[in-house]
Amino acid sequence: MDNIIIIAISALGGLGLIAAIILYFIANKFKVFEDPKIDEVEEALPSANCGGCGFPGCRAYAEATVKAAKEKGSLEGLNCPVGGNDVAQELGIILGLEVEATEPMIAVIRCNGSHANSPEKVDYEGVTSCAFAHALYSGEGGCMYGCLGLGDCVDACDFDAIHMNPETGLPEVNLKCTACNACVVACPRDIIELRKRGPKDKRIFVSCINKEKGAPAKKNCVVACIGCGKCEQVCKFDAITIDSFLAYIDFSKCTLCRKCVEVCPTNSIHEINFKPRKPKPENQEVLPPSSEKAITEKPVHHNHNKE
Amino acid sequence: MGILRTFALGGIHPVENKLSANAPIETVPVPKQAIVPLGQNLGAPSKPIVAKGDMVKVGQLLAEAGGFISANIHSPVSGKVLKIDNAIDGTGYKRPAIFINVEGDEWDESIDTSADIVSEITLSSKEIIDKIKDAGIVGMGGATFPTHVKLMPPPGKTAEYLIINGVECEPYLTADHRLMLEKGQEIIIGTKLMMKALNVKKAFIGIENNKPDAINHIRELVKAHDDIEVQVLKVQYPQGGEKQLIKASVNREVPSGKLPIEVGCVVQNVGTAFAVYEAVQKNKPLIERVVTVTGKAVKRPSNLLARIGTPIAALIEMAEGLPENTGKIIGGGPMMGKAIISLEVTVVKGSSGILMMKKEESSRIVEGSCIRCSKCTYVCPMGLEPHLLSKAAKLGNYEMAEDEAIMDCMECGSCHYACPASIPLLDYLRLGKLKVGQIIRNRNNK
Repeated sequence: MDNIIIIAISALGGLGLIAAIILYFIANKFKVFEDPKIDEVEEALPSANCGGCGFPGCRAYAEATVKAAKEKGSLEGLNCPVGGNDVAQELGIILGLEVEATEPMIAVIRCNGSHANSPEKVDYEGVTSCAFAHALYSGEGGCMYGCLGLGDCVDACDFDAIHMNPETGLPEVNLKCTACNACVVACPRDIIELRKRGPKDKRIFVSCINKEKGAPAKKNCVVACIGCGKCEQVCKFDAITIDSFLAYIDFSKCTLCRKCVEVCPTNSIHEINFKPRKPKPENQEVLPPSSEKAITEKPVHHNHNKE
Repeated sequence: MGILRTFALGGIHPVENKLSANAPIETVPVPKQAIVPLGQNLGAPSKPIVAKGDMVKVGQLLAEAGGFISANIHSPVSGKVLKIDNAIDGTGYKRPAIFINVEGDEWDESIDTSADIVSEITLSSKEIIDKIKDAGIVGMGGATFPTHVKLMPPPGKTAEYLIINGVECEPYLTADHRLMLEKGQEIIIGTKLMMKALNVKKAFIGIENNKPDAINHIRELVKAHDDIEVQVLKVQYPQGGEKQLIKASVNREVPSGKLPIEVGCVVQNVGTAFAVYEAVQKNKPLIERVVTVTGKAVKRPSNLLARIGTPIAALIEMAEGLPENTGKIIGGGPMMGKAIISLEVTVVKGSSGILMMKKEESSRIVEGSCIRCSKCTYVCPMGLEPHLLSKAAKLGNYEMAEDEAIMDCMECGSCHYACPASIPLLDYLRLGKLKVGQIIRNRNNK
């Protein structure tokens, strides 16, 4: 009886040993060498897997950064928008590189063609997809550059940072935005742009991308940029350029002086998170950001106050 | 007569509503200002060769073809070029167009404006194609594919049959029907010209059974020609689709993603045949076309011969005005046409009809849930599964949509028409086609 048990144990044990030896050699033969830094980098990433960097997931981005660090010695063009500057610096430490400081960005909706500003001329009954509607027609308000208000950007957002405002029919970005670029890609009309977040979330931008001449642009929307050039003249910092009847403010040059906002005849330039203006606009110098308090989290659209 | 021919897969039979079938073709007066869009054909838009302030005559070249798949555009009116600027098109987008202020009605001297029918064909195959190319003729059924490109099969392929499309399967539209009745002889000569250009021995003229007068008239006319045969087809939408018509008339199936020339067929609309006749025999470029103006509430549904560039408001005026309860104006037929956004839109080479729908007809029924009844699959003339494709498109599974041949969809709208839950299947299919098309283009560019 004892004999049988011993035979069974030794037979099974022997088989196991042989299998283990074979597996050991196979594992050695087909071993894939992976840089341990990839794991380290992945650990440091936000693990949102949003694809904002252009790679399919954080792991792929980690592999790309390690490869770039090894081959090129820099992380140029590789940017994790969700992690921002903090993560970039951390990656720099892990990979032993100097990483330039980046400024935080936020998505900005460059259209203010709300129901009130751009009254509806036609009814749309098709499917709720901006991409489809863009291929079909110019939009309910008639502006062929304006927001279609069907929410492709909202669907694209992984961070709950963009929502439709049923009152205006336009999307609104909140502070959860990580500037991952997903909404910019989703918008068929290139309305959304990533801009500098600005000190205390203060931003100035042209909320219109209509490239038509003044009269046809105003016909469809009262807050359209007509390309009059007043803002360009008043700007001391060469931050504003006019191209095909449309003003654009270069956020790297803008000092947030707010002069352009005042002169805009159609209220198409927006200021966000600024203190309400004093009755007499005398002190229009560049305000030191440190002396300001963050007023509100909600963007204040200038022309909405007037309604 | 036996069993009538039709295509094999699917198809629907919507209410015909051919209200203007007995209305003879009338001529619309020349407008005060003509707005001629530069992108009137499928493919590249044309390049303008006139400048602001130029005086033009009727039939003078305004813009030349902007590529291989493109067509010339001629002046439909005489007068002064006001400007070359953006004009609104049916979808509301602004596209470049030539604005001409009309002064008188002076025709180019080379155009034969007499009413005589020239039946003798003197030109060679190449000369015919060149004339068609110069005249800027495009497919008049609505697809606006340049005709001369179709008449030049790629090397290695030869055409065996020419099929003339007189099906007009879209409800409401009667422009082709009236053209066959009134310009039958010219259409036959146009057919002969294209047969010579293509060097084919046999041509079919496909006409649906709901136009007995046109069938009899054309039959009478082709008696003198052994090589042209009238083919009576069962009424079935979308028989006017190129692939469906080929299946119905010669029982051949065009492979997925291929052109009709693959099976030795070339399909041309009767309107195109008429335009070919005018271009080759009368030297008259494509400057006008027949447009059906119709609708249940329209006082006088009509077939109107309008110059390209005439505002559609003028055509609606001829039909005694826009009915009060109009909810939607459609350019084309009710099945494949697209809603027009403004009355400033002008007639282009591809306008086959203007349909004014009543408010109660035009609004969509609220979308229900799919009950898997498979009606959409049953009616799809391309043998697709619209319910599956629409889901794939809706959920963004474009890989699956591509595998299930979404690009074969020709957007006939049969699935949406048949759906008992009123799911806008075609909208989703179009969305899917858009996305898959982008993916394929990106892949090919890599």
